[in-house]
Amino acid sequence: MSHLLEVEKLEVKFALRSGDLIAINDVSFTLDQGERMGIVGESGAGKSVTGFAIINLISKPGLISGGRIIFNGREISSLPDSEMRKIRGNRISMIFQDPMMTLNPVFTIGTQMLETLYAHRDISRRDAEKIVLEKLRKVHIPSPEKRLSQYPHEFSGGMRQRIIIATSLLTNPAIIIADEPTTALDVTIQAEIMDLLQELCDSEKMGLILITHDLGVVSQVTEKMAVMYAGKIIESGKTSQIVSRPVHPYTMGLIKSLPGVLKPGEKLYQIPGMMPNLTEIPPGCAFNPRCEIKEDICSREEPPLVQKESGVLAACHLKN
Amino acid sequence: MSNKPDENLPTREVILSVNRVVKHFDISGGLLDQLKFKNGKLMRQRTTVKAVNDVTLSINKGETLSVVGESGCGKSTLARVVMGLYPPNSGEIYYRSHRIDRLSHEKMLPFRKKMQMIFQDPYASLNPRKTVQQTLEEPLRFHNPAMDTASVEHKIAEVMEQVGVNPAWRGRYPHEFSGGQRQRISIARALVLDPEFIVADEPVSALDVSIQAQILNLLMDAGRDRGLTYLFITHDLSVVQHISTRVAVMYLGTLCEVARADEMFIRARHPYTRALLSAIPKIGETRAKHIKLKGEVPTPVNLPTGCVFHGRCVYADARCSAEVPKLTALDSGSFVACHAVEEGREIK
Repeated sequence: MSHLLEVEKLEVKFALRSGDLIAINDVSFTLDQGERMGIVGESGAGKSVTGFAIINLISKPGLISGGRIIFNGREISSLPDSEMRKIRGNRISMIFQDPMMTLNPVFTIGTQMLETLYAHRDISRRDAEKIVLEKLRKVHIPSPEKRLSQYPHEFSGGMRQRIIIATSLLTNPAIIIADEPTTALDVTIQAEIMDLLQELCDSEKMGLILITHDLGVVSQVTEKMAVMYAGKIIESGKTSQIVSRPVHPYTMGLIKSLPGVLKPGEKLYQIPGMMPNLTEIPPGCAFNPRCEIKEDICSREEPPLVQKESGVLAACHLKN
Repeated sequence: MSNKPDENLPTREVILSVNRVVKHFDISGGLLDQLKFKNGKLMRQRTTVKAVNDVTLSINKGETLSVVGESGCGKSTLARVVMGLYPPNSGEIYYRSHRIDRLSHEKMLPFRKKMQMIFQDPYASLNPRKTVQQTLEEPLRFHNPAMDTASVEHKIAEVMEQVGVNPAWRGRYPHEFSGGQRQRISIARALVLDPEFIVADEPVSALDVSIQAQILNLLMDAGRDRGLTYLFITHDLSVVQHISTRVAVMYLGTLCEVARADEMFIRARHPYTRALLSAIPKIGETRAKHIKLKGEVPTPVNLPTGCVFHGRCVYADARCSAEVPKLTALDSGSFVACHAVEEGREIK
């Protein structure tokens, strides 16, 4: 069976005055109907660029310079913008981090939601309103009829993010890409939003790509995950596998460095150094200068992403 | 606070205490903004944000007291009131036995030297036009006018070394450093005066996971080596669990529970604390059911009557909406402000 979404050897390049910057390189993964996938990594690892690339929102000087993105059996990375607009926000929706930045402060919620529907459907106002109300109910907004005429500032942060989720659901998308959807929110609200996303994936058979730096969230919400480092996927597979038995030393380090894994007061594990700048990626494995178990080969040859014993894919020369 | 002996704490010497502190902010704006029509009459109406309401807390020497709570609960305001950055509307703040909330600028100076603050965003808290040297030199020279140049240089090198920034980089500007290194420099600036007490307001929230561990280790090491006392403000509960001696949970400007960290994470008593703890996403656990709260956080402009949490609490009854619960000691040594806990109404 073919996948709902297939990303193959994706490469995104930014042409800067100082030379080309490869933001993501050789990124491949698949997503099926109703599947929840997480992409984790630190800032600058390329996780958001991956999300943007899928809906072709890479703006100049960036461009998708290699690879294919196949959605429902159709190559979409090279579609002209007019064609892409029929997919973006319609079949594949994206949710961003800051709900206040995503909503326009000078229009009511109703206006903004209806506008989305009008952009994608030839629909009467009455029918459109019906859909808007239905989706607002789906994300548990109380008395949505009254809420339609309110402005974004009249809602709390958690409510705004729900409205955005409702907006992204208007067109019944097949995939939602959520880029740090709860990073700006409090933990109790984060838990509610994550519940909601999970519920929607199950009931609407929607695929979810959750982009986050929070391993805890990924481990609770997703079925499979990819860890990115310096523009590449360095480990991917079933979330439960990776979280309990990570293979790549970077993933291991990330998990070990979380407070809450050790006894309180103990010295936290720290990965030495920091992620290299994308213009100064070291030769061989990009992680090798920070790796504590590296061997000679690591600074010479780049490790391919291959299947390891536990079943996950990892880009590391070392056996275990 | 507790009358039980506590072997985990090095001493019971109280370094800082906050007594019934209230901090309200007037946000009514100019006179014209305050005028409202009510029942056909023109009325003048003031709007205040009740950020901190009647908070009493003491911090023992050598401990790390974390204040946790969601955004808008008043935890950062509390930190700033403690530091003397905002004057409280009422209540007292004592540093050891000295009352410090009403001091003149000059009389406050010796206390400022002993109390330092670390802020959340190392991009905003360092002056971009000052080199590391200048940033670290300023507080030293200001508080020790008699210090000679050689000792200043020596002190700066020593502190930079301690926070893990190469002293040879003292001539560099903040933009030449990464976020983690900048936070190290902010910590160096706080440590350069050899303070006893440090208020850290979300010091790792803006950093990546792998850098966060480095900074937490640095703070814990500095705390141990120098015998520092920390007031740690954060919303990240796994960080709190790792570093704190005691934890104070705040909700809408009020303390709802103060307990030893180990006790709180095993047996939280206040219904809000429980909901908060259950919402932490833990790695490796498949989605545990978290406690869902009813409704939304009320605004600190119109505080609910009685217990500020009653509208969202599943155990609330008539008493909760009428009477403000007081922090009461439990057998475990924890302090909880909840009628339901006091009456044994809450389910275990």
